[in-house]
Amino acid sequence: MNAREIPSAIRNGETTAKEVLETHLEAIQNREEEIHAFNLVMEEEARNEAERIDALTAKGEDPGPLTGIPVAIKDNICTQGVPTTCSSKILDGWRPPYDATIIERLRDAGAVIVGKTNLDEFAMGASTENSAFGPTRNPLDTTRVPGGSSGGSAAAVAAGFAPLAIGSDTGGSIRQPAALCGVVGVKPTYGRVSRYGLVAFASSLDQIGPFAETVADAALLLEVISGHDPLDTTSIPEPSLDLSTALTQGVEGLRIGVIDELSGGAIEGISDDVLGCLEEAVQALTSAGAIVERTSVPSTVYGLSAYYVIAPAEASSNLARYDGVRFGPRVDAKTTSEMMVATRTAGFGDEVKRRIMLGTYALSAGYYDAYYGKSQKVRTLIMNDFASAYKKYDLLLSPTAPTTAFPLGDKTEDPLQMYLQDICTISSNLAGHPAMSVPFGKGTDGLPVGIQVLASAMDEHTMFRAGAILEASNQGKS
Amino acid sequence: MTDDILDGWETVIGLEVHAELATNTKLFSSARNVFGGEPNTNIDPVSLGLPGSLPVLNKKAVELAIRVGLALNCRVQRSVFARKNYFYPDMPKAYQISQFDLPINEGGWLELPDGRQIGIERAHLEEDTGKSSHVGGGGRIHEADYSLVDYNRAGVPLIEIVGAPDLRSADAAREYVSELRSILVAIGASDGKMEEGSMRVDCNVSVRPQGNEEFGTRCEVKNINSLRSLGRAIEYEARRQVDIITSGQKVEQQTRHWDEADGRTHTLRSKEEAFDYRYFSEPDLVPLDPSPEWIAEIQESQPPLPRQRRIDLAKAAEIEPRDVALIVQKDLDGFALSAIEKGADASRVLVHLANNLADGVGHLTEDAFAALIRLETNGDLSATQAKTVLADLVDKGGDPTQIAADHGFETMDTSELDALIEGIITEHPDDWTAFVQGDAEERKKKSGFFVGQVMKMTKGQADGKVVNDILLHRAEN
Repeated sequence: MNAREIPSAIRNGETTAKEVLETHLEAIQNREEEIHAFNLVMEEEARNEAERIDALTAKGEDPGPLTGIPVAIKDNICTQGVPTTCSSKILDGWRPPYDATIIERLRDAGAVIVGKTNLDEFAMGASTENSAFGPTRNPLDTTRVPGGSSGGSAAAVAAGFAPLAIGSDTGGSIRQPAALCGVVGVKPTYGRVSRYGLVAFASSLDQIGPFAETVADAALLLEVISGHDPLDTTSIPEPSLDLSTALTQGVEGLRIGVIDELSGGAIEGISDDVLGCLEEAVQALTSAGAIVERTSVPSTVYGLSAYYVIAPAEASSNLARYDGVRFGPRVDAKTTSEMMVATRTAGFGDEVKRRIMLGTYALSAGYYDAYYGKSQKVRTLIMNDFASAYKKYDLLLSPTAPTTAFPLGDKTEDPLQMYLQDICTISSNLAGHPAMSVPFGKGTDGLPVGIQVLASAMDEHTMFRAGAILEASNQGKS
Repeated sequence: MTDDILDGWETVIGLEVHAELATNTKLFSSARNVFGGEPNTNIDPVSLGLPGSLPVLNKKAVELAIRVGLALNCRVQRSVFARKNYFYPDMPKAYQISQFDLPINEGGWLELPDGRQIGIERAHLEEDTGKSSHVGGGGRIHEADYSLVDYNRAGVPLIEIVGAPDLRSADAAREYVSELRSILVAIGASDGKMEEGSMRVDCNVSVRPQGNEEFGTRCEVKNINSLRSLGRAIEYEARRQVDIITSGQKVEQQTRHWDEADGRTHTLRSKEEAFDYRYFSEPDLVPLDPSPEWIAEIQESQPPLPRQRRIDLAKAAEIEPRDVALIVQKDLDGFALSAIEKGADASRVLVHLANNLADGVGHLTEDAFAALIRLETNGDLSATQAKTVLADLVDKGGDPTQIAADHGFETMDTSELDALIEGIITEHPDDWTAFVQGDAEERKKKSGFFVGQVMKMTKGQADGKVVNDILLHRAEN
């Protein structure tokens, strides 16, 4: 049953929230040990919630658009009274005293939260191997990574543990794992979904978004979590999205540009499998009536370099609060500053430390202009390039990730290779634009490939129109 | 320390004043902004810097900051918040949200009561930190057994007012702070209580040979908790620097700590140890761009400032503005103006307000005050009697004529007094001769003696001024 079929089935009495939940708990029971999608399965809370929803529907009330749908939550989103670890030892034992805004919205919509999913520590990584609690495995091939950093959420949907999941995307952390796990993943426009309660990695880039098995289900979840939140100053003062018409509207007459640099052009390392699928996607959109051509967005080639200055710079500041003073574990030492150093040394993993050092350096007196200042200029350049591209095109297209899912351990010794996983996705974060990954075709290894649809700020609607066409065409092929 | 030690040297002072803004809630959250209270009770996820929490700017704090900017003749402009990064246990996020290269207020001036103008470089918004207390080891962090942190103050809105290095003496620095405090209180921006830490002063001091244009190397002095310590710290620091230079050494740029107990400043950190705050724009907030309409609205509702109030009162009393500074500072100028308007003698009004109302006006009404002064200037009450009646009016209120009657005050007839004085002169011929023939000083001394005798005999009911008139009249005839 697709996510969007669940609420009506419950309202019609064909099933109950309890029954839906138990089916998914059973799937978790069967495969979670092998996959490790979750840091925490919230069985008891979920059962209570399902009962509450069934009681409401029994009284003829409507718990909301997500009635009884199990949703998995990335473990960097605060849940009141429930451990929120960011897959880091430094938050071991911490239970937030408050819910993130999106958690409240999910509850108000009748969703059943089933658990907190694994991630690369503080969302820093592209394989979910940088987790203090061990890696998540790709449900389609457990010798492979699920991508990251929202690998747990992508795997949870791919494994049927939950029809919907929430992730966060700072440089591709929703779209790349969605591509590698063969599910739909959306990074909305920056400010579309409230960040209140999302543990910050890089505040100017972080954005929460949905994972789902289908484009329509992703739209349903995005509709619920989007909309203005007074607790997040960067939240866009717009009501929730309504994407219902986008799903059936088609792409007739839409102008779509394939970003040359990311599609076999300037940037190397995009596999032939992936380029082949992109070609098929272009044909599918063309046959559906879109006008598709190759175009250049030149500054996208600098995206990765700018990102690896800006994101670590913000992270070095955002992660400074983990000092052992107020929450989380503390390693005692003689003086306060020695205690802070000892706590942070023991609490953070290598990748997190690497980025804190990078970011601290980039912001230091004497280096700021050469690194942080320059990267901000590149960011502006990327925005300008996108702006000119969107004068000519309604949407842009590219692969989501350079390759299909790679084997565990393949890139852990080479951070730069790992960083290249985000080469196609990063520019959307720098520009603040929406982008989504839709499964389209398979590589010669039989693993799924994701195609990325990019849109200009606030234009999720047009993006979903193309997403729906790609999905339909992909299903028609197989 | 005496001035001659600094002879030939000029002290250059620039002050950075932090004032807590009088809002109901914190700068970036709805936790309460109140002084005192049980530790860690006025907190929330934002003021504790909990993971996932985000700041939301308090509109009232912005309004008050704009008020301060306008009162200090600053340009109110589009501004950007920035993170100032450093580790300290009472700093919940390990960064302070402040303003760096684009402050909300820039480029103004403050006028001291004597008319001197002191430049204001900027007045920006930022959040306060929590408070650490160190237990054991004499309360110092390095020797303490353990430390406690109270986050009630964390996130309280502050305005940091950075003055230009335009001050040249400890007195001027005190006047500046005191005028600034009066302004902040007058516009309702802050309660200005240095003793509760709602107003704190950091002080940059350097010295240079008199006549030199070039500034000397400055030291920043922290931990100044009162106007008195401000003056002491500046004088100590200036002298320390002159001593260093005259002994052939160079002043090192440092941050120093004022120790009230030993009356000295001590090294906190050298220039090399200065923090690198790694400022960058706060990504969780958007630029602050108050509309011209809003700024105009705030300007229109701005209450009169101390400077204008001094001018208004001075004009009514026909004296110099600087001579009514104290009354304006005590917020008694409205009272004074109203009594003057009701026909009371301006000079008596000012004398009583400046000298006899140290603890405020209490139950005293403007009408009663004006009536009392009329009794005094008509000669119905002596100055001493008026003071007694005034004290009663402050305590309990009432009608001054009735209170005077209750005390049995009635002024003596001039002829009655004249007879009394004649008797005293006869009894003290030498004193009288000294009064008549002495110089101004001698005459003053002796007039004190005769007035004292009269007061003694009349139990204070005579009017000193009338007694003096009689003495002078007799001496000249």
